[in-house]
Amino acid sequence: MSSYEIALWVFMLAAFLGFELIRRVSPLLHTPLMSLTNAISAIAVVGAILITGAKEATLLTRVLGFTAVVLSTINVVSGYLITDRMLKMFKKRGAEKK
Amino acid sequence: MESIFPALYILAAASFILAIKWMSSPSTARRGVIIGEIGMLLAVVGTLLRAEVVSYQWIFIAFLIGSAIGVPIAYYMPMTAVPQRTAFSHACGALAAALIGAAEYYRQMPHGVVMIALIVEMLLGFLTFTASMMAFGKLQEVLPQRPITYRGQNFVNLGIFILAVIVGIALILSPERTWLFPIFAVLSLVFGVLLIIPIGGADMPTVIALLNSYAGLSASAMGFAFDNKLLIVAGALDGSSGFILAVIMCKAMNRSFSNVLFGAFGTIQTTT
Repeated sequence: MSSYEIALWVFMLAAFLGFELIRRVSPLLHTPLMSLTNAISAIAVVGAILITGAKEATLLTRVLGFTAVVLSTINVVSGYLITDRMLKMFKKRGAEKK
Repeated sequence: MESIFPALYILAAASFILAIKWMSSPSTARRGVIIGEIGMLLAVVGTLLRAEVVSYQWIFIAFLIGSAIGVPIAYYMPMTAVPQRTAFSHACGALAAALIGAAEYYRQMPHGVVMIALIVEMLLGFLTFTASMMAFGKLQEVLPQRPITYRGQNFVNLGIFILAVIVGIALILSPERTWLFPIFAVLSLVFGVLLIIPIGGADMPTVIALLNSYAGLSASAMGFAFDNKLLIVAGALDGSSGFILAVIMCKAMNRSFSNVLFGAFGTIQTTT
């Protein structure tokens, strides 16, 4: 099996998994979940690191890679922190009800 | 060292799956965020350990700058501004994906499957970037909230999109035609703007969930270009869960999904 064929299998299985995981989400969690998947989509940081850290990087690819690392770090950091902040608020509200 | 990164990548992928799973129930949601953070940490450490990565100083400077901007955004934005904050952070992530695609294109001018993956990655990345900025503008009320529509809008949008795809295919067939590349980038960016213009402010949260899905697919395409299974898995998880979340949110708010997907097309038809 070629590498791309394996990659396609992996893609297909992961796509269905994502589908199944979300199906029964509580409506209360729509916004936090949106924020979490936003943070996970910042996985692009992996590609950005590979480009920026490469040995044979030219000035152009290094500048592009550097900008990409900065941008995806913003996405990772703010994505996770805001999700956490949102959930903390839920907890407080739950405690007040009790 | 070289044998440790596949293990870290597999653990990272498992963490993301658990993060999304735990996030769908209120009692385990906090745990979901923590495992998601661990997954991202594993992914970054695993990548830094790879033999291809030889120079670290720029990477760490970029981490510092990114954190210096990202942390204040997360803490000083009022909670009511969460959707536009997500849109903004989204725009950053999508632009990052598009820039990585551009860097990879200029680095090796790849042919075949890699080039197809890069074109898909950049198309989705660029259009998600401008679309997210438009969503941000509308939610922040910098731009008019009401949908802007005009006659033949869908034909213009479709035309721009098809044109971008045609230029993309031309680039796939012969990547050496570098003059086509900026045209491709601009067409993708313009399409992102046009996509959001006809959508009203009330539908923006759903649109952001949908854009999430596009950014995920862009990351997945990057995984095909870099032959990186972690990118493929995380991107595909994001792509499908973002899409289904957009559908669920539409149902919860009693909006038609195709309306959000194709802008105000449906409303034009009902009013005339």
